[in-house]
Amino acid sequence: MDSTILLFLLQDGITNGALYGLLGITTVLVFAVTRIIFVPQGEFVTYGALTLALLDTGRVPGTVWLLIGFGVVAFFVELWMSRHDLDARRIIRETLTKIILPCLIALAVIWLAPMKLPPWANLLITLAIITPMGPYLYTIAFRPVAEASVLTLFIVAIGVHLSMQGLGLVFFGAEGLRATPLSTLSLPVGPLVVTGQTLSIYILTLVTMAALTYFFNKPLFGKALRATAINRLGARLVGIRTSLSGAIAFVLAAIIGALTGALSAPMTTIYYDTGFLIGLKGFIAAIIGSLASYPLTVIAALAVGVAEALASFYASQFKEVIVFTLIIPVLVWLSLSSHHVEEEEE
Amino acid sequence: MSDLLLSIRDLYVSYGKVEAVHGVSIEVPRGEIVTVIGANGAGKTTLLNAAMGILPARGSIEFEGRNILRQPVEDRVGGGMTLVPERRELFATMPVEDNLLLGGFLISSSERARQLEEVFVRFPRLKERRRQLAGTLSGGERQMLAMGRALMAKPRLLMLDEPSLGLAPLIVADIFSIIRDLRSAGVSILLVEQNARAALRVADSAYVMELGEITLQGKAAELAADPKIVETYLGLATH
Repeated sequence: MDSTILLFLLQDGITNGALYGLLGITTVLVFAVTRIIFVPQGEFVTYGALTLALLDTGRVPGTVWLLIGFGVVAFFVELWMSRHDLDARRIIRETLTKIILPCLIALAVIWLAPMKLPPWANLLITLAIITPMGPYLYTIAFRPVAEASVLTLFIVAIGVHLSMQGLGLVFFGAEGLRATPLSTLSLPVGPLVVTGQTLSIYILTLVTMAALTYFFNKPLFGKALRATAINRLGARLVGIRTSLSGAIAFVLAAIIGALTGALSAPMTTIYYDTGFLIGLKGFIAAIIGSLASYPLTVIAALAVGVAEALASFYASQFKEVIVFTLIIPVLVWLSLSSHHVEEEEE
Repeated sequence: MSDLLLSIRDLYVSYGKVEAVHGVSIEVPRGEIVTVIGANGAGKTTLLNAAMGILPARGSIEFEGRNILRQPVEDRVGGGMTLVPERRELFATMPVEDNLLLGGFLISSSERARQLEEVFVRFPRLKERRRQLAGTLSGGERQMLAMGRALMAKPRLLMLDEPSLGLAPLIVADIFSIIRDLRSAGVSILLVEQNARAALRVADSAYVMELGEITLQGKAAELAADPKIVETYLGLATH
């Protein structure tokens, strides 16, 4: 192998690694706030990618109907959970956020989609469709069991992943789609070509990482989100609305997931189940970052991306095997080097 | 404004089908320390948790004349009452200072800074340990941090659940002298304790709770002299 091929592989690996990094960051984020291992992350990637690809062709994506469906179910779950203290104000607020809002988004999409807007406008529409799904999903699946153990939440997360993947098949069909790139920019750098697409991926990953690290460590509101995960009862006792914290985490997760999907859609063909594997690699990065550190997660994600690129060159049929085997030595090392941290539950 | 800060009437609290508190009524006048004493399992913690809104209850809970029975915990904190729970419920992996700042989550940032200074004056120990993680503190320091965190919200009513539980006698004395200071600073206190001797010494009025019901009530000094109380709760007390 000559150095040019190595450079190509590195570039490819870093680009994919940056995407895994975004997803790893989200896994850390959702876990930090809600203690949920966010398996359905990959479905937000798929939904984002396929929504963008359909908008590119001027069609109305099926996610619009999913959004309304999620909103309506979340509306009834919300009413049921707060049945003991329902008042008119609350019903109006829930109707606005869970029924009216998704319908307005749907109408806007039905109106805008046939116009074949430029890629960046379609990206914004995609985010508008996918983002509200995050908090709706939180209300439907996770809020009723918010106090449960990490294991219970994990099992629920797997259930959500399977149902969302199934819904993806129903609404998008089995064939894959590809979107048009955000920009046609391409810069030759030595033997390599850096496209606008890969550049925007790098920038986005760095900005997201920096913003989240700042958000969770500096402003009191970010600390409050973290406190919710450390001790829910303690958080309630100081006046933090724990259900709101969870909803905010899911908004961020949905945005980042959809964005990741939308950014990768022009580079690879996305099927209804592609997101899961991408999400899983982000999850590995998050594990290496101990589900706690954003910068470590991104570095790990880049390593996963590079390892994957090299593996696909040398032993392409073992690509996934090699990548997922990487986690074993890491877990051994983490469990040997971890110091005792006091459990919050006895 | 009436002189009653908290008035609980005919309160029933159940865990599923099991009722733990059967029609309890207690009152906390403004500026007083009121204690509820009783054996383990009498329903004292359940009563406090219902008063704070952690557990749903039937009956009536009025705070400063407003019915708050249906208010969620967060609104009660904003309304001026805080609870220091039996298990402290601190943010173990955060520094002491962050725990305190989060205690003032609902007040403005300038008030929060002022309040933090006040808490540090009251608990100099917490100031020394401000950068230390809450999970690494000793039992007494944790109780102080839990009380400091609850005071950050500028409550008019502070509810304390077994503040002396598991602490060395010297530290218990510290905690009770702080409780007395807090009353002088204008904070009313509802204190639930198994350590009846210490509780009756510091309180203005007292209730005795047995098997989910109030069986005796009166001035703390009178109850401390009541032969029944002396026999049941003070004779066997360890200190």
